[in-house]
Amino acid sequence: RGHGTTDQDGEVVATLCGVVERVNKLVYVRTLRARYKPEVGDIIVGRVIEIAPKRWRLEINFSQDAVLMLSSMNLPDGIQRRRTAVDELNMRSIFEENDVVCAEVRGFQHDGSLHLQARSQKYGKLQRGQLLTVPAYLVKRRKLHFHHLEQYDVDLILGCNGFIWVGEHVVVREIADLKEDEQKLSAEAETFTPIETRRHICRLANAARLLSALGFTLTVELIIQTAEASVSSNVEINDMLGAEFYVQTAEGEAKRRGDLLGKKR
Amino acid sequence: MTSISILIMTACMTGTRSACINAATLALADAGIPMRDIVTSCSAGYLCSTPLLDLNYIEDSAGGADVTVGILAKMDKVTLLQMDAKLPMDTFETVMDLATEGCKAIATYIREVLLENTKQLECQRG
Repeated sequence: RGHGTTDQDGEVVATLCGVVERVNKLVYVRTLRARYKPEVGDIIVGRVIEIAPKRWRLEINFSQDAVLMLSSMNLPDGIQRRRTAVDELNMRSIFEENDVVCAEVRGFQHDGSLHLQARSQKYGKLQRGQLLTVPAYLVKRRKLHFHHLEQYDVDLILGCNGFIWVGEHVVVREIADLKEDEQKLSAEAETFTPIETRRHICRLANAARLLSALGFTLTVELIIQTAEASVSSNVEINDMLGAEFYVQTAEGEAKRRGDLLGKKR
Repeated sequence: MTSISILIMTACMTGTRSACINAATLALADAGIPMRDIVTSCSAGYLCSTPLLDLNYIEDSAGGADVTVGILAKMDKVTLLQMDAKLPMDTFETVMDLATEGCKAIATYIREVLLENTKQLECQRG
């Protein structure tokens, strides 16, 4: 008698449209296309919509906005200290409106909205890339959500809320190196992303879009496979979302699943 | 507390009330919002001493009675009961029963469609 069910005249009736799951004596209904349902420890990609006193408000695919407190964020100079009023005034220099941010769910607030934290070097502002939206149920919770695709030099972050980031690879810098790199930073800001990397980013993003439209669970291997298949079939990047490649991908996936079933038997 | 807003745009002039209710039910169920039961609605009328189910525009504007019934399918509870024009009591009962049957038929159909859609999505997902 779990989530999504209710007791009516002694009978257990479902209140949701979905798949019935049974775990020992617990019966619950799992919905498919519902909104993202967050859990503590999820990795999330979101967009800043508002800067409020001492916090940022992020839009994630949830019924309420998530809150990222200033104290849950590493300061740019890396020193652990108390946030002063000057820090508050400089909030805009860290994240502005419409910036894409990667963070982790720390917990729930009393009104049900999410509390986020971004204390590690791998969280934070995401630049030079694309943000995709897919239905949240296509991204399963795994051990690893940050993927660095070496052969393309691209970062792929699968947010549990259905926001997927495909972008140029960012070298995770240690805090001690930050002062020396400050000069490099300004130089880096001027160099553009090489066009090959950009092409790879677009190809992977299109592969992800295609897979989400077909309704397949998104995994890194599947995205890479689709991208490689498109390269080997000489499909142009903008043709990837066309009907032919759709059919080709669907057939490939059907074949793969048939093989899996055959192996199980 | 969160609020849910439903926006419906109708493309046709006949049976809009019932169509809106059925569409809203389908949308809420598909979105994964918990509901106690499926709400369906159907209209029935009485013209030339025959009860008619699901009137179209011509039959509706003919001046006869038009009863719109909305029920919770499995719990057998009435949520909406509207009527234009006047009807004697016993004919009203026949017409209302007819509308209720129509609602139940729609409810079974909606359930089938939802089940099939869920199966397909789950199958696609792998």
